[in-house]
Amino acid sequence: MLEIGHSDRPYLPRGVRIVEDRVRGGRILLAPEKAVALDAIGEAILDRVNGEATFGAIVKDLADTYEAPQGQIAADVQRFMMGLRSRIFLRVKT
Amino acid sequence: MSVRPPIAMLAELTHRCPLACPYCSNPLELLGKDKELDTRTWVRVFNEAAEMGVLQLALSGGEPASRPDLVDLTAAAHQAGLYTNLITSGIGLTPKRLDALEQAGLDHVQLSLQGVNAGIADWVGGYKGGFDRKMMIAEELKRRGIPLTLNAVMHRQNLDDLEETIEMAVDLGARRLEVACVQFHGWAQKNRHMLLPTREQTEAAKQIVAEAEARLRGVMAFDFVPPDYYAEYPKACMGGWASAGINISPDGKVLPCHAAETIPHLEFDSVRDKSLKEIWFDGAAFNAYRGTDWMPDPCQSCDRKEIDFGGCRCQAMAIAGDASATDPVCSRSPMHGRVTDLLADALSETSNEFVYRRLSRSA
Ligand code: SF4
Ligand code: SF4
Repeated sequence: MLEIGHSDRPYLPRGVRIVEDRVRGGRILLAPEKAVALDAIGEAILDRVNGEATFGAIVKDLADTYEAPQGQIAADVQRFMMGLRSRIFLRVKT
Repeated sequence: MSVRPPIAMLAELTHRCPLACPYCSNPLELLGKDKELDTRTWVRVFNEAAEMGVLQLALSGGEPASRPDLVDLTAAAHQAGLYTNLITSGIGLTPKRLDALEQAGLDHVQLSLQGVNAGIADWVGGYKGGFDRKMMIAEELKRRGIPLTLNAVMHRQNLDDLEETIEMAVDLGARRLEVACVQFHGWAQKNRHMLLPTREQTEAAKQIVAEAEARLRGVMAFDFVPPDYYAEYPKACMGGWASAGINISPDGKVLPCHAAETIPHLEFDSVRDKSLKEIWFDGAAFNAYRGTDWMPDPCQSCDRKEIDFGGCRCQAMAIAGDASATDPVCSRSPMHGRVTDLLADALSETSNEFVYRRLSRSA
């Protein structure tokens, strides 16, 4: 139920946004009653989430940018996005 | 130990509230309107908070909508860069006020739920007509797409309606449901005989939540606070005392948690006299139970001390009479027998009346 399909377009729903953490540094995903510090991988993924790009396109872009195998990247992105989706921090357009 | 700045702030804007829930976490001595911080001071506090690293702000109470300046406060918090979360019963909100709050940058609403129909909800809340007004606001929130968490406070009188509560939350479009079993602080202690769930209810609730969570994955997230009197280990004290959250009472006292004032020997600084930063890092109440050095045995030598931080200081105070004791809910506490006794007493008492939360006239 949480798995994101190849042609799904993920987006951050209203009430979920990314901000700079002025005090601790880095970027933070702010969601209802929750703040998640993003690591470099999380940032790279969410930078590409805009409601237009499909899951497949995001994976391909990341694989090209970091010269990594698509299969490996797809698994990482899927795991990351499913985690967010289970908290409704991320939704998809089908 | 290096102390990190807080992430979340709970601003109790007022103790005033049209409802009178018998488990309210506000102190027994409620503050009147004349004691409340004014708009300017709150705005200064929000700015100080954002500057020191707070990211999340909960605008709470009492009923925050009882403050005529709620919209201005929300706007100021938003401008300070805080994520704004309104914790409300819905009473005092109108479509017009919601327009203004959305404009001001309100991020999220947490709506309390006393029961699934007017009969039980208005009895628990002590406010006739409250349920219908709440439902009107809930529909408004849904129509506008304002991110919504439903906070269902559960206890013996309504735990049997848990499945209906979950369906209601889905219908209202809530993204998240808190199944919050009453914690026995403040007013709830006066109503233990009415509120404490039975062991059967507790077991059933765990199963119902687990099943619904699996079924609703991706639709609605759950946060489940089980009734801890039946647990083997206590509920963790946040990330440890004074590690992540900071509370401001309506008159500006700065507290490590909402119930901290029940610990009589602690002294609390006020935002009227000191900066938030000074209070957080150096305040005596904040340092009293920070980290793990203060812990007695069995906690000090326990493998769970970084997991639950010895449980709740306020509960240790209330039940063991000593805020630095192991939380008596813990099965390893030498005082655990008191919890077993409390359970037996609360379940055998026959009264059918709530002690409602009220502002005492002398205050
Ligand atoms: S003994 Fe203390 S640290 Fe260990 S489980 Fe009990 S409350 Fe937690
Ligand atoms: S002391 Fe108790 S009430 Fe206060 S934050 Fe810790 S667990 Fe919660």
